[in-house]
Amino acid sequence: MKKRHQRLFLVLGTLAGVSVATALVLNAFRDNMTFFITPSEVQAKSEVPDRHFRIGGLVEEGSVERADDSTKVSFRVTDTESSVPVTFEGILPDLFSEGEGVVVEGEISPEGVFQADNVMARHDADYMPTAAKEAIEQAEGSAEAIGDY
Amino acid sequence: MWDGIGDFLAMGGYALYVWGAFGMVALGLLLEGILVARRRRQVRARLQRQSRRPAAARNQGE
Amino acid sequence: MTGRSIPWLKFTAPANFYTLAQRLVPWLWPAAALCAVAGLYMGFFVAPPDHQQGDAYRILFIHVPTAWMGMLLYLLLAAYGAIFLVWRIKMADIMARAIAPTGALMTFLSLWTGALWGAPTWGTFWVWDARLTSTLILLFLFLGYMALHAASDDREKGGRAASLLAIIGAVNVPIIYFSVEWWYNLHQGVSVMRSDGPSMADSMLAALLLMIAAFWIYAGAIVLRRAQAEALSREARTEWAQAAAAGRLTREQRERAAVGIEGNRPPLESGGQT
Repeated sequence: MKKRHQRLFLVLGTLAGVSVATALVLNAFRDNMTFFITPSEVQAKSEVPDRHFRIGGLVEEGSVERADDSTKVSFRVTDTESSVPVTFEGILPDLFSEGEGVVVEGEISPEGVFQADNVMARHDADYMPTAAKEAIEQAEGSAEAIGDY
Repeated sequence: MWDGIGDFLAMGGYALYVWGAFGMVALGLLLEGILVARRRRQVRARLQRQSRRPAAARNQGE
Repeated sequence: MTGRSIPWLKFTAPANFYTLAQRLVPWLWPAAALCAVAGLYMGFFVAPPDHQQGDAYRILFIHVPTAWMGMLLYLLLAAYGAIFLVWRIKMADIMARAIAPTGALMTFLSLWTGALWGAPTWGTFWVWDARLTSTLILLFLFLGYMALHAASDDREKGGRAASLLAIIGAVNVPIIYFSVEWWYNLHQGVSVMRSDGPSMADSMLAALLLMIAAFWIYAGAIVLRRAQAEALSREARTEWAQAAAAGRLTREQRERAAVGIEGNRPPLESGGQT
């Protein structure tokens, strides 16, 4: 075997080895790689960490209540199967609105209310002008698919 | 589409973010261009000095 | 190799590469500028505001191209690194070293533009989700490559160590690309390279594609220029380099220099696979 071929196999072998090792590590830490958990997973209780964690889902339609005299706001985060009540005091991101994606960060109280200290909006990867969006919503009866959030 | 230059610069209220992003990209590319051009000039100048030394008699205009 | 064989080996000779770049780059600058002007015009004056994000989404026109360039340049860096490690072709190391700073800049710009895009839309400049974290690692890999290459007094050894790092780090690129599909992220999914077609209005997509073209061509031009400087600097004592520096490299000088390179190396069986 030529020296050059030895080096080629060494390089390819290194790359293959590192790839396999990375895949194993990523698989082992699968749960920790996830940025948020869903309301269903919160309901299932067993997986809920008691410290700080994040819940992701959609802001439930009609659930947003804003206080008149402060920046306090309460709403529910849903994944259409179950939902979690959330309270938050502070400035909401521009894209926060009912029916849109959201990730809340904070702790859950013993009563099951999630006290968020940070609210982040999640937007989909569809970019289009307002007129086009309205046309699509009319055609679909504005049914939002959960898979798209 | 835009209602005058002021409306364009305001970027629907996102001026700071949009121009901050485009500005940094422009700055980054400009800086890179300047640095690479300078490196090229320096290397060429060094090589021209080098080639002049062994053949001092040869006269070089540039 | 298919059809007429392309003389790949020809451009492993720095003198030939230098001449090729010298001919190519003057065309690349105006091409990049043209694409950028057209893309910016489409992006700011034709593409309408987004239904959800208003005008903030226009950051996408530079965020996506810089992010793609960062990943693409890293794959190229790793490929040249592998070619250098296996075949010890000097020109591959020159190219890899010329790619790294541009790759680092592109990755930095994608992080910067992403932060300024995320701030008003998500409500945060930065989160440690898989997409953002793996992109930050990409920046560190570029910087690590540059540092490792520069740290060694022996350029050959420094180049080999840095190339190995580049190859190992290549596993990060698919992680960045697929992170939005593998894990829940704050970052949104893919818009352009989708099996069901791009999820963007036509004028927005046109602006984005023009900007992507502009960044590709720009990166090509700047990397070739940097590689030219690096090639001249390394070959400072040779006849061709001194002639090239003075701007009068003749064909004979170039061919003489190339024979020196190609003459003592057996021909390759195939192109540079990695």
